[in-house]
Amino acid sequence: MTTHAVAVNSASKIFNQGKTNEVHALDEIDLTVDDGEFITLIGPSGCGKSTLLRLIAALTKPTTGHVEVKGKSAEQARLDQDYGMAFQRAGLFDWRTVSKNIELPLELMGWNRTDRARRAEEMLELVKLPEFGGHHPSELSGGMQQRVAIARSLSFSPSLLLMDEPFGALDEMTREHMQDELLRIWAETHTTVVFVTHSIPEAAYLSSRVVVMSPRPGRIASTINVDLGDRSDDTREDPAFFEKVTEVREALRAVESI
Amino acid sequence: MLKRVIRQAVVFAVFVVLMGFAYSGYKAFGQSIDDKQHEWWAVGSVLPRTDDLNMPPILDILAEFGELQGGTDKVLGRLLFEEAVFTLREAALGFAIGTVVGMAIAMALARWKPLERGLLPYVIASQTVPLIAIAPIIIIWGRKNFDFMPWEWKDWMSVSIIATFLTFFPVAVNGLRGLQSPKPENLELMESYAASWTETLWRLRLPASVPYLFAALKIAATASIVGAIVGEISAGVGGGLGRRIFLEAQRYTTGPERLYASVIGSAILGILVFLTITGAERLVLGRQGREAIT
Repeated sequence: MTTHAVAVNSASKIFNQGKTNEVHALDEIDLTVDDGEFITLIGPSGCGKSTLLRLIAALTKPTTGHVEVKGKSAEQARLDQDYGMAFQRAGLFDWRTVSKNIELPLELMGWNRTDRARRAEEMLELVKLPEFGGHHPSELSGGMQQRVAIARSLSFSPSLLLMDEPFGALDEMTREHMQDELLRIWAETHTTVVFVTHSIPEAAYLSSRVVVMSPRPGRIASTINVDLGDRSDDTREDPAFFEKVTEVREALRAVESI
Repeated sequence: MLKRVIRQAVVFAVFVVLMGFAYSGYKAFGQSIDDKQHEWWAVGSVLPRTDDLNMPPILDILAEFGELQGGTDKVLGRLLFEEAVFTLREAALGFAIGTVVGMAIAMALARWKPLERGLLPYVIASQTVPLIAIAPIIIIWGRKNFDFMPWEWKDWMSVSIIATFLTFFPVAVNGLRGLQSPKPENLELMESYAASWTETLWRLRLPASVPYLFAALKIAATASIVGAIVGEISAGVGGGLGRRIFLEAQRYTTGPERLYASVIGSAILGILVFLTITGAERLVLGRQGREAIT
């Protein structure tokens, strides 16, 4: 039996079930993610893409169906600290230095001080902020803070990275730069990534597979495989890239007109 | 940093001098009317009495600090200093206990949600009890019931309990707000690390509550002084600024400057403890001055 990095089996999520403000967020979702994949969830707002990510992270429970991460229940995977998570807002702790922020999950996992410090340094190298370890988050720009948050989510080398619109608040230039950084890190660390976005080019550029979702109730409308080889700045101007962008856009249009 | 402290000190000094001028100016104005009570327009004047008994001249009040007091070989300033040390000891103990109790309540309320709804109203209600009424009760309790303590129970310790009563409240209320201040994404981050409630408390909730806590400690520190003074007055404790104020109020007519000087002494003590907490706050949270790199 093969285990997937993530296996979602006919999972539904209903908020406020039985009340007047009942919301059917997800309906019978089936999704598997293989090891090493970079998969993007895209869809109009209200399609439940963030909810699906939170189901995988076991930050919320499915109403029916079940979610497996690395062959065990999502809840067990959370308890085993099998994934790293990055949110739309960096969410760094102001009272900790950049290094100490990156060390936070390591502290919770009981790493000793020297190992933590060494790892924080490596992570700062990885996100290209080597000289900022002693600074406080409030001194950093939004893009730098987001890079620290990514370093934090990767610090304990989780084999699964869950990202909820991590670049949503960044300007276009910073955003493209961060996308390249993320792909480089993904290639270097062999992590599996589940990435939520509402940007069509971002989805096409980053992923090996784009999952298009439809709203009310949230369903998977279609799946688009993307095979553009190694990405670079040239990719962004490659006709093959534009074809994929168009394909994702049309899939989304089809969703909107349902 | 030093520049800002100096600037604030200058502003404060100017403010105090202006208040002094306002007091003296009002007094001079009132007396000019008092002198003309026979004039038709001054009859039934709404101004309070501004003679030297009701409003002793500022210079007399200041001079009183240096006057030898009857029955002692000490000047009033020295006596007030000794009383202030006595009161400060009571207040400091009450402040320390109140802070611990307040934070314990805040943590309990943050930990068990139903407690917040069940217990918080009583915490608030506790502050509606008039301090002046419970102070003697606590003193009498202390004398009668606290003899099981391993040390001899003194009245000033009961006054500390009264100060505790005023201190714990702002700490509990603001502490709770601080413990609940982390944003949902920060709490979810800790959840994603499978962090326990205690780990989340130490690494997220408590550090996040520190700014709120300092706001509370500033209120609590001055309140503990007020609590100690009121406690001394209503309990008849044999020392402290409260005792001094009570004494000088009783013999007011023979020297109103002494009561005024005692009140000024109490105010100075309150300001000093406030500044101490503010200084500690700057030391702990002293990051505001840094510039963002953009």
